[in-house]
Amino acid sequence: MIQLQFFARYRDVLGRDAEQMPWDAELRTLEDVRARLLARGEAWQVLAEQRLMCARNQELCNLSTPVVDGDEVAFFPPVTGG
Amino acid sequence: MRIDVQTASFDPGELLNQLHADHRGTGAVVGFVGYVRDFNDGDPVSGMWLEHYPGMTEKALADIVEQAQARWLLHEVHVLHRVGQLEPGEPIVFVGVASAHRQAAFEANTFIMDYLKTRAPFWKRESTPQGERWVDAKHSDEQALSRWQSPGESS
Repeated sequence: MIQLQFFARYRDVLGRDAEQMPWDAELRTLEDVRARLLARGEAWQVLAEQRLMCARNQELCNLSTPVVDGDEVAFFPPVTGG
Repeated sequence: MRIDVQTASFDPGELLNQLHADHRGTGAVVGFVGYVRDFNDGDPVSGMWLEHYPGMTEKALADIVEQAQARWLLHEVHVLHRVGQLEPGEPIVFVGVASAHRQAAFEANTFIMDYLKTRAPFWKRESTPQGERWVDAKHSDEQALSRWQSPGESS
């Protein structure tokens, strides 16, 4: 399983803050995870944003970062703290 | 290093004094306090909600402080960021840096704030007369990082 998390505006648009995605060998990178989500339909296109940020196991990463079974993967808009 | 992510407010003066209390070799303490404004992007703001990524937030802040400690000789660093509901005029964030001399303290403080604004997982949602809206990230915040990076480096 991949533990998916969504934050802020993405969570609002997607109507969920977390879900589990069954893992399979074709999920090699965060880009593969995102592609599965984008294929679900219109609301999910929010994840196609150029400035999307992502994290693997609670560390910032990029879409080419590898994923393995059991990882926690988060997608979120650019951060606005401070 | 001290990292706090909390809903409770804080007294910046008290935090500044604590940074000096345990280090008699400290000659400089630089503190930054960020506050909620009552105005943003041309609209009055009546309140703000701060969301974060529990677990990652603390790690991201500690990582930023470690990077600062690797660049400057610092005696103590305290980063405090509030989450939850905030009102205009309330303090949101405190970054305090103690060092022997002022230059390291000023620079490290700016470095930590620049990275906090662009790398720590916090998101602001503000209340305006038109309703609630997520605050957009500013390109200028991302550009501010370039002063700390050598050519070709992107993170």
